Amino acid sequence: MSVLIFVDTAEGQAKKSSLEALSYGAKIAEQTGTAAEAVVLGAASEDLAALGRFGVKKVHHVTADVFNNFDAQLYTKAIAELATASGADVIVLSHNLNGKAIAPRLSARLKAGLVPGAVSLPETGGAFTVRKNVFSGKAFANVTVNTPIKIVSLNPNAYPVTETGGTAEVVAATVQANEARVKVASVNRASGEVPLTEAEVVVSGGRGLKGPEHWGIVEDLAKVLHAATACSRPVADAHWRPHNEHVGQTGFAIAPNLYIAIGISGAIQHLAGVNRSKVIVVINKDPEAPFFKAADYGIVGDAFEVVPKLTEAIRKLKGVS
Amino acid sequence: MKILVCISKTPDTTAKIAFTDNNTKFDTAGVQWIINPYDEWYALVRAIELKEKDPATVIHLITVGGADAEPVIRKALALGGDEAIRVNADSQDSFYIASQIAAVAKEGGYDLIFTGKETIDYNGSAIGGMVAELLDMPFISLAAKLELNGTAATLTREIEGGEEVNEVSLPIVVSAQKGMAEQRIPNMRGIMAARTKPLKVVEPAAVDALTSVTSFGLPPAKAGVKLVPADNVEELVRLLHEEAKAI
Ligand SMILES: Cc1cc2nc3c(=O)[nH]c(=O)nc-3n(C[C@H](O)[C@H](O)[C@H](O)COP(=O)(O)OP(=O)(O)OC[C@H]3O[C@@H](n4cnc5c(N)ncnc54)[C@H](O)[C@@H]3O)c2cc1C
Repeated sequence: MSVLIFVDTAEGQAKKSSLEALSYGAKIAEQTGTAAEAVVLGAASEDLAALGRFGVKKVHHVTADVFNNFDAQLYTKAIAELATASGADVIVLSHNLNGKAIAPRLSARLKAGLVPGAVSLPETGGAFTVRKNVFSGKAFANVTVNTPIKIVSLNPNAYPVTETGGTAEVVAATVQANEARVKVASVNRASGEVPLTEAEVVVSGGRGLKGPEHWGIVEDLAKVLHAATACSRPVADAHWRPHNEHVGQTGFAIAPNLYIAIGISGAIQHLAGVNRSKVIVVINKDPEAPFFKAADYGIVGDAFEVVPKLTEAIRKLKGVS
Repeated sequence: MKILVCISKTPDTTAKIAFTDNNTKFDTAGVQWIINPYDEWYALVRAIELKEKDPATVIHLITVGGADAEPVIRKALALGGDEAIRVNADSQDSFYIASQIAAVAKEGGYDLIFTGKETIDYNGSAIGGMVAELLDMPFISLAAKLELNGTAATLTREIEGGEEVNEVSLPIVVSAQKGMAEQRIPNMRGIMAARTKPLKVVEPAAVDALTSVTSFGLPPAKAGVKLVPADNVEELVRLLHEEAKAI
């Protein structure tokens, strides 16, 4: 019996969402009195033994070249094979973009119940029950997994990265791998930018900013906060911003520590994707904007005046010039 | 070319979310039902565009649900698609639903199976991947673009902080998201035509659900907003730093 955690990497480095999954999986192992082990597929440029600091005892590393590109089917087969070999009864992944492709495949392959997008540790006393968001964050459901093997994909930013200290034993593992059916023709990753779904701070702009040429103030604020930028749906629909910045019920659902909404009215569909943020700040010139009802802090004022001042004040606080 | 589009019925985005039966059931009283937006705007419309390019294309829609799902599937047929299949079963479990779709798909011999990125009620993002695994097909998740050249497909899928271009041979399963197509409004001709398009009802295959929802709940309400005057952003920064510890 053990907990097996899949560590998703980008350019050989574990993603932050995977560090959360490691911490979460290690906690489940502690809770159930078993050991936590990790799987890394493909080349790794980081010290895998050091993943032990998140509480895993062992890291299975499969270095076959075929895993250097992402193919959900091959990844699934590899994880399933290692899970079976190590006798894992709980498999943990991040519910990040790759996790969303692997977790359901694994569930169908192993006939193991999946909780997609968990937001809490499981209750493991009797039944294995995990909380997940439903209705796009407007509610939650407690989902019980009724199979011997349980799969949990953890929502990004739902569990803190927790270092408990320790070193993991790294074992070179081999799996039966066919050729990838999906060929990755190109990868286009904006370097230096914080991915939206992993960001701790998100600065978001709405139609109140009037046009794409005014996004400088949003980007400047994001920069001092080391934040990702986001936008409301009409902004993405009008191509003022790329579609992968669209948050809300029909865009990305995010749960950062801090969400700053600028010139966004706070329609129910927008709130659905962002109301899990720990702290919400709203800047809107209309005191009646519905967003204020969902906010922790607010400024009623003109974004074009308030936001540059706010950026300046934060810059001072952080001591950056 | 044969395309299967998975259609889910979801509450309207403005529906009041409440629960009954000791918080074990969604309260459907007064709820308007719509086609899950990802299924409609992106998966179905992209399938229709492919048929417009190649009229020999056949589009089937599938939904797993009770008779109350029929108005929604008719609405989907009004946008496009040749016929619909309803698997007569009610379930919340993704694996159960995916298994029903896979059973129908196995018979149908589809080249392309579309789902939306996720449903806006269960937010599982799981059906497409499960169907792909059950049918031993490649799965391109969260695709924002799809181009076909014969049986060669080129797709753009979202990755953290960017995108990736994938090349793969049909048959495949694709979950579609924003970028794949643009929302369309059904026209009168489509609505009329939908009335007479075949809607086949099939009984479900025997499958065990792997999970069950034990209860629902609502998140605690916010305590209320603290307003800071527009000419005192320093106070907001202080609150965020000292009180909320968010910066
Ligand atoms: C099925 C469906 C799904 C949807 N999904 C989503 C979704 O996923 N995400 C989403 O965002 N929306 C979604 N919507 C759209 C949603 O209903 C709203 O229309 C949208 O969120 C409004 O965007 P907005 O707040 O940017 O624009 P508006 O509603 O136009 O609001 C602009 C705001 O800016 C303020 N403002 C104007 N000028 C200034 C200024 N100088 N300084 C400060 N403030 C200013 C105004 O007071 C106003 O509150 C969906 C709608 C439907 C029907």
